[in-house]
Amino acid sequence: MSIQITLNGKPEGLEEGTTLSQLLESKGVKAPRVAVELNRRILRREEYPSTEIRDGDRLEVVTLVGGGGARP
Amino acid sequence: MDDKLVIAGKEFKSRLFLGTGKYRSAEEMNAAFEASGTELITVALRRLDLSTPGKKTLLDEIDWSRYSILPNTAGSRTADEAVRTAQMARAMGLSDWVKLEVIPDAKYLLPDPIGTLEAAKRLVDEGFVVLPYINDDPVLAKRLEEVGCATVMPLASPIGSGQGLVSFEQIKIIVEQARVPVVVDAGIGSASDAALAMEIGADACLINTAVALAKDPAMMAAAMRMGIEAGRAAYMAGRIPKMAYATASSPLEGIVR
Repeated sequence: MSIQITLNGKPEGLEEGTTLSQLLESKGVKAPRVAVELNRRILRREEYPSTEIRDGDRLEVVTLVGGGGARP
Repeated sequence: MDDKLVIAGKEFKSRLFLGTGKYRSAEEMNAAFEASGTELITVALRRLDLSTPGKKTLLDEIDWSRYSILPNTAGSRTADEAVRTAQMARAMGLSDWVKLEVIPDAKYLLPDPIGTLEAAKRLVDEGFVVLPYINDDPVLAKRLEEVGCATVMPLASPIGSGQGLVSFEQIKIIVEQARVPVVVDAGIGSASDAALAMEIGADACLINTAVALAKDPAMMAAAMRMGIEAGRAAYMAGRIPKMAYATASSPLEGIVR
């Protein structure tokens, strides 16, 4: 069964029961400097394999980039 | 003489901090970092581009082991956004230092003093080492020091404007009253600006646009390094006062007439 989430501000469909680790892998996310926030809670890396994504979840996957003093 | 800069217990030999934005290439960026002698660089936090997650960015081309990494909260318009950004940055596992920027306005990119103070209190309570970016407001600087910030970072002039030190009288007051290092951050345009900031007693300068967008970033980075060293030495050497009248350099007696 497929579910709908918001990933980095955009709608995304995936299989029910997908874990965060599986989602990141399917997206090719290998970046060493990555943090994940699920429904406004920042997850620890140890939680990625066991966290199941649910319908309606809001996920932010962020990384460090060059810059500062950016246009808000 | 041992003139090391110490921030939150960490020692720095270089008083030049560099931002990582606006570089035209990784080669120019790395050459600039090398020429500058910098030991600390600032980085921002953004959504990972999931359409090209494996794509290398400029940051992937630097040697992360060579520098202290200072994540910033660039893009945050409110205290809440800045706190959230800082927490995500800390979750990367690299640093619990944060350069706090709360900037609601896109035209002048000036920091919101009220949001900054509020976010600083919350972040210090959560164990962050907080380096707040502010206007050159001596009272605000004291308040931030009192809530536990590790430095204060008054701007010379708006970010990227290259105007140099627009009002240095207030920065002198901040220097006089601060018990934490004062880092002049934003608006430095050339080496003389950096030297002047150090001559009035700043402990370090944070520079980005002036180096990244110079015709020759590595050469400008070296110039900034020299300017900061010169300014710091001049400050420590104890300059003569400025006077309205002249005082002769050679003896007044024995002149042949």
